[in-house]
Amino acid sequence: MKIDLTETTSSKINAALVQARRDIGTPAIGMVLTLVIVTDEENAYDALKSANDASHEHPSRIIVVVRRVSRSPRSRRDARLDAEIRVGTDAGTGETVVLRLHGELVHHAQSVVLPLLLPDAPVVVWWPEGAPTDLAGDPLGALGQRRIADTYSSEQPIAALGDRAQAYAPGDTDLSWTRITPWRSMLAAALDQQRVSVVSATVEGEDENPSCELLAMWLADRLGVPVTRALSQGPGLTAVRMETKDGQIVLDRADGALATLCMPGQPDRAVALKRRETAELLAEELRRLDPDNTYEASLKFGVDRLEPAGAPAAATAEAPADAPADAPAKAPAAKPAAKAAAKKATAKQ
Amino acid sequence: MSVNGANPLRDAQDRRLPRIAGPSGLVIFGVTGDLSRKKLMPAVYDLANRGLLPPGFSLIGFARREWHDEDFAQEVYEAVKEHSRTPFREEVWQQLVQGCRFVQGEFDDDAAFETLKATIEELDKAQGTGGNFAFYLSVPPKFFPKVVQQLKDHGLAQKEGSWRRAVIEKPFGHDLKSAQELNKVVHEVFPRDEVFRIDHYLGKETVQNILALRFANTMFEPIWNRSYVDHVQITMAEDIGIGGRAGYYDGIGAARDVIQNHLLQLLALTAMEEPGSFHPKALVAEKLKVLTAVELPEDLGKHTVRGQYSAAWQGGEKVVGYLEEDGIDPKSKTDTYAAIRLEINNRRWAGVPFYLRTGKRLGRRVTEIAVVFKRAPYLPFESGATEELGQNALVIRVQPDEGITVRFGSKVPGTSMEVRDVTMDFAYGESFTESSPEAYERLILDVLLGDANLFPRHQEVELSWNILDPIEEYWDKHGKPAQYPAGTWGPVEADEMLARDGRSWRRP
Repeated sequence: MKIDLTETTSSKINAALVQARRDIGTPAIGMVLTLVIVTDEENAYDALKSANDASHEHPSRIIVVVRRVSRSPRSRRDARLDAEIRVGTDAGTGETVVLRLHGELVHHAQSVVLPLLLPDAPVVVWWPEGAPTDLAGDPLGALGQRRIADTYSSEQPIAALGDRAQAYAPGDTDLSWTRITPWRSMLAAALDQQRVSVVSATVEGEDENPSCELLAMWLADRLGVPVTRALSQGPGLTAVRMETKDGQIVLDRADGALATLCMPGQPDRAVALKRRETAELLAEELRRLDPDNTYEASLKFGVDRLEPAGAPAAATAEAPADAPADAPAKAPAAKPAAKAAAKKATAKQ
Repeated sequence: MSVNGANPLRDAQDRRLPRIAGPSGLVIFGVTGDLSRKKLMPAVYDLANRGLLPPGFSLIGFARREWHDEDFAQEVYEAVKEHSRTPFREEVWQQLVQGCRFVQGEFDDDAAFETLKATIEELDKAQGTGGNFAFYLSVPPKFFPKVVQQLKDHGLAQKEGSWRRAVIEKPFGHDLKSAQELNKVVHEVFPRDEVFRIDHYLGKETVQNILALRFANTMFEPIWNRSYVDHVQITMAEDIGIGGRAGYYDGIGAARDVIQNHLLQLLALTAMEEPGSFHPKALVAEKLKVLTAVELPEDLGKHTVRGQYSAAWQGGEKVVGYLEEDGIDPKSKTDTYAAIRLEINNRRWAGVPFYLRTGKRLGRRVTEIAVVFKRAPYLPFESGATEELGQNALVIRVQPDEGITVRFGSKVPGTSMEVRDVTMDFAYGESFTESSPEAYERLILDVLLGDANLFPRHQEVELSWNILDPIEEYWDKHGKPAQYPAGTWGPVEADEMLARDGRSWRRP
């Protein structure tokens, strides 16, 4: 069921939530966390949809904080809070509160959110777009023990990685990092099978895609060898090559779905490495709420310590000689079904 | 830079990376069976979909049917589409289908096993399985010796530099002697640590959660003993009859089919002491200790009951009695219901009875462990105020509707003091995941990883038979099963059995 409240307060919202639960006959609640989504009107729909899908794995109270843009001096002075409450089948497996903040209230969102947090349960704050530079220092971010940003959606993703590293606080994380978990686990499995020392490595992917940098930094940090970031047409990450004294270990994904793993002395094997929806990424993010030390170490390794593309490394037959010099490779050409709504969900990683 | 030591990309702190099995393959004997189609193949797909199988993972089906690799792949495809838990994804299927092979043959057909050997060698080359194979014997136990012997004769049971494992399903024999023989046959060919006995109950999240509940919390441990616990009831009820399993079921019965493995495992997990670690050896040591301490009642006639369902209306359907089922001898003495009372002789549990019951055609399908606590020693309320107050209880609902219920007294709102039972509920479906993995997913992955924690070892199997054998012998010599109408909660005799102790069964 859905309840609209206009010019309201947090305590009225709380009362309405209890009432709504009673009305649909399920006063007992088993929600495990509060997810605060900080966004604007434009992105609220997609973000909420992903969060609702993720809530099937993690029943949660989802609080969407929408900051309305005020277009006149008067509306900037007026503070107003509108809320939309959804419980039951309209809200995944938990309950959802969409808050619309007007006027001066835009700067005091934490005062509205604080009374609405579930008792005792962990709080996760997620900025689908436009995260502040200092996540933990942000008044809303300070409420959560887990703060999820997405550098892919930044204006300058690679520079944003540097900012994140500067301002890192335990509990920070980045969906660009979540996107590469399947790659990391396959690469780790490859080295499980072949215990040889890696001499150098190359990560290939489209331009302006921070997942490539994060993967490269992770490899550089863990392996302690020079890692080159090379450009390709995409989509997303396309290949990782690890040079060993026995030959190359290559994980190559040209089409964004099925990859091939080539290892010296072994037959080539197909590996499913599909790019995942935002809901799946979010579900993975919510699975562990403790600080991600591996992310911290990789992030702090520093983009500038990677070998630049074009440096003499891992030259292979398939070297991306056709890498675009400057094009931000978000070109839709390589992307299947770039529907407007699904764009953000699929076009990343 | 480590060279031959640990994998530099692995880090204990990096908990996003899942445990992926090493290069390996799975051979399923009896691949055309129901279990294989409904559980094993979908579980393999689900594992692949979750990215937990190694690249190049291979699946070999072995059966009598005249299939080619493509027919087998088609069969797997249909089984996966119909029964898998996770959504179907083409690229995952593409990864899986490359390693699908089928070997046609009988179990005594030497040529077929040579073909199997050649297929495995071919896969080692084409898919890089590294010679690591698990043999899943999804076949009736009478074929175990034959298959195992064939594997040995054709040099498939062991290979230098890689592992070979055997996976077997219950029943593990029908008494102590046959279980020992079976263990002997299997252990002659496969080393003890490479034999995995599937008790799919142990793969269930709720069962694993018993350990978390008991050993990760502080609030339950202090009352988990004879000072506070009055008794424990472990129930596994099915609402179905024997279906088409007459041939298997008659002569085996409920006690051998369920109590010997599932219920005694649940008892062991509920009653065991805290293991020193979660190493398989430490866990098995504690389970063995508690199973050794189990004692049977002196008068088996008074404290055990068996029954057979009789024709009745069950849930709006008319069903036939056990003796009228197809293929059942009308004079059969096989039990479709069994209830027994056990005690555990140790400091924690002395004097606390454990009641185990199981049956077919009972009220509904449910498995649960109920720990029932003693009444408060003194109630400072007026007489009548606590008349509706029962005993406190903690119920672990294993299936369906997995979760935990706590029952305790609470004041009824109003001006007078009146206390009544209420429940506090934790439901898995509510607090986590619609997507808890299926038991078989977990178990197959553990076989490939070589993690034996969730598999009963041969000593446990033998100890369980040790507990059950005297009861079966007694039943053989005395009386015959009591009749109970299908769709009820068992024979009146079972109620009387608890009434003698001043207790009653919970309605689960």
